[in-house]
Amino acid sequence: MTLVAPMKPQVRPHDVLVIGAGGAGLRAAIEAKTAGADVGLVCKSLLGKAHTVMAEGGVAAALGHVAAADSWQVHFRDTMVGGKLLNNPRMAELHAVEAPDRVRELESWGAVFDRTSDGRILQRPFGGHSHARLAHVGDRTGLELIRTLQDRAVALDIRVYMECTVTKLVTGPDGVTGAFGYWRTSGLPIVFPAKSLVLATGGIGRAYEVTSNSWEYSGDGQALAYEAGADLIDMEFVQFHPTGMVWPPGVRGLLVTEAVRGEGGILRNRDGERFMWRYLPEDRRAEYAATDEEAARWVTALSEGRATDARRPPELSTRDNVARAIYTEVREGRGTAHGGVYLDISYLPAETVRQKLPSMYEQFKELADVDITAGPMEVGPTTHYVMGGIRVDAETGQTTVPGLFAAGEVAGGMHGANRLGGNSLSDLLVFGARTGAAAAAHASGAATEPYLDPVQIQTAVADLAAPLDRPDGDDPYAIQRDLQEMMQRLVGIYRVETDLDEAIMQLAELRRRWATVRAPGGRAYNPGWNLVFELDHLLTVSEAVARSARQRTESRGAHSRLDHPATDDTRWGGVNSVIFRGRDGAMSVGTTPLLEMTGDLRSLLGSSDH
Amino acid sequence: MPDAHLRVFRGSPGEEGRFDEFDVPVEEGMVVLDALHWIQGHEAPDLAVRWNCKAAKCGSCSAEVDGRPRLTCKTRLSDFDLGQPITVEPMRAFPLVRDLVTDVSWNYEVNKTIQPFTPPADLPQEDWRWQQEDIERVQEYRKCIECFLCQDVCHVLRNHETDRPFMGPRFVVRAAGLELHPIDQADRRRYLKDSGGIGLCNITKCCTDVCPEHIRITDNAIIPLKERVADAYYDPLQWAWRKLRGGGRGPGSTVELPVLQGTPAQPAPPTAVDPDQAPD
Repeated sequence: MTLVAPMKPQVRPHDVLVIGAGGAGLRAAIEAKTAGADVGLVCKSLLGKAHTVMAEGGVAAALGHVAAADSWQVHFRDTMVGGKLLNNPRMAELHAVEAPDRVRELESWGAVFDRTSDGRILQRPFGGHSHARLAHVGDRTGLELIRTLQDRAVALDIRVYMECTVTKLVTGPDGVTGAFGYWRTSGLPIVFPAKSLVLATGGIGRAYEVTSNSWEYSGDGQALAYEAGADLIDMEFVQFHPTGMVWPPGVRGLLVTEAVRGEGGILRNRDGERFMWRYLPEDRRAEYAATDEEAARWVTALSEGRATDARRPPELSTRDNVARAIYTEVREGRGTAHGGVYLDISYLPAETVRQKLPSMYEQFKELADVDITAGPMEVGPTTHYVMGGIRVDAETGQTTVPGLFAAGEVAGGMHGANRLGGNSLSDLLVFGARTGAAAAAHASGAATEPYLDPVQIQTAVADLAAPLDRPDGDDPYAIQRDLQEMMQRLVGIYRVETDLDEAIMQLAELRRRWATVRAPGGRAYNPGWNLVFELDHLLTVSEAVARSARQRTESRGAHSRLDHPATDDTRWGGVNSVIFRGRDGAMSVGTTPLLEMTGDLRSLLGSSDH
Repeated sequence: MPDAHLRVFRGSPGEEGRFDEFDVPVEEGMVVLDALHWIQGHEAPDLAVRWNCKAAKCGSCSAEVDGRPRLTCKTRLSDFDLGQPITVEPMRAFPLVRDLVTDVSWNYEVNKTIQPFTPPADLPQEDWRWQQEDIERVQEYRKCIECFLCQDVCHVLRNHETDRPFMGPRFVVRAAGLELHPIDQADRRRYLKDSGGIGLCNITKCCTDVCPEHIRITDNAIIPLKERVADAYYDPLQWAWRKLRGGGRGPGSTVELPVLQGTPAQPAPPTAVDPDQAPD
């Protein structure tokens, strides 16, 4: 292989290479390192800036500190019911069983959670959880989690490659053998031969115009895995969080934590009506308060830290349901001037609001001139999370490609058709740890050093340079704007077949434009050039979402089809969607039967097993 | 609404930087980072800006706006007189990478020198109990989003080119979060005094002033730790006790702070970029 000297990639071999340094990546790296592996951790941003930092409300774990009746069994049931039973049941079980240990472990590494009156980790209620279950630090739990893991990784002396983007996985006849990428600061290429690779790159929110996600959420891991031959599952299930900011325009989509509703926030439409009463699903209505008075008693008991027989307020319905309710209120003309609804917590004492929701208080005061202790917020749905992702083995995070593992949001299966709030921080801890251990074990069992195919490296080097070298071509920012506008309009909260067909056609056209994209400027910290590689991944995952959404001709969880509004258990209740690369190289979509649930687990679902 | 007029630093290490000017259409509620994104999307696709969450939660988009260290994602254009140009420059205390991006890796190296959380070996975790009021101070320190604006504004750091004798406010805050943790057992006093150089801070409170998380860095972190160090080293009783005990140089251990790699950016100070005098 002959390469011009400066473009000859740096080579940095590791036993285990973890791509992505949010909660899942950090947790995987810590576990792999503790198991004795030589670990490299690659991240697109500075360490500690990953999207996990944005998680606010808490981490779900059946510790039973507030509600003694809580148990992993109830957590399992809530997770499965919230996911409309499409979840990988073994993942949901492992998650519920192991989350408490993972939370306690964070405390042993220095995390400082809010406390109960008897000095233990405090837990708060959240939508879809039967009990107060979320360990939290005010409304900045994600920051606490990532800082704790970051400090732990530093203490273990894990090698971190900051501001480094992976653009290709290198494969051999027996699976993955490494990754190719470049330093964002210099633009120079780097190759990581690795015995095991862990993808922990998070979600895909940047495919949409209105999103709570940072720019990093460009579907990198899903696209890299797909290109390397792995399956993606459940990609039609994209969570639209019910409450994002809607005003001013620059912050549209920014997350308003569910903890606002967890602490008693009330949703009202323009006419002042508490509309969530009208949207509670009939089969779950008995779990919610019957009147404003009962809901108010629940809030009072919560704030006084005592038990109550009052049931929870209707605002704590699952996210898919609340998001559709808000969307419908706005569409039917009962929204606010800025196209949202009101979320009001100002009836609580100002001091309580500032103590429980300090970061929301700041966010609205600084960015929208709204004092949430004095009046309501304006909120509307925002693209937040993808339940689907890379198909993995529950125990190990092993994908369908040998040597390739995945954990956290990038992996699919855990959350089924809809994720409960608080279950993502616990997901990334539980499966981050499991995947890190499995990746280390796989690496220690590897007989030979990984072989990197020089042709693949040479192609990757050339692909990296191409957008800089083209004399003319399309603007990456323009392609991104068009993609986001199109996905928002055609593959949003409500979907219909003609729109999805149109989306798939437009994605092909965007892909053609992308193939001749031009990024002027040099290699050093060039955001336009960096965007080209993120767009590559965004186009792949957008197509996966559109094709899966078109295939599933029913409405379930976060996937709502206007042309198929009913849930169709006969046709769709028993299968997950699968995206894979077909023999002709084109993206193919199919289904795979749900994983069999053991009798013991099935019995836990009880009456809710429908 | 009138356009905003931005003067944005452009340049790479080893070359003379310049200020490029852009007229940016203003929407209600717009922040400086929105304006920088508009410039990237319409005028200068390669303008280097570091950012992530755009919600003041990650601390990536630090820069100096009209000479003041700020998060560009929470600096609103409406706070400025739009009749005047708004000058955006990189943080000056760190080496330039390109345009508005600086190399902040020194901070990550300093962080590695701090002894991590050390719980007691003989207290089982199920017995850990503490009250909310016992941890409120620690939680204040842990609000830090590592934007490094306090490091940027700290004149002890600015006054030293590459061999920096002070860990800087950010890491005093981190150390304080560990030292004041209800059950942490480590003793970082000697480290703070000899390695961290806490004595060099002369409490001008510039760091507190620029902290976007409103952490009372000086009052609640630096001064209490200075007192702990003073108690251990300058209190006559403690001094006599150490002499009697015949042991070492005091509690805790020391380690060398890292050397800054590359020279700090330090583009022209804001006074020298008077719009009337600037080129173009």
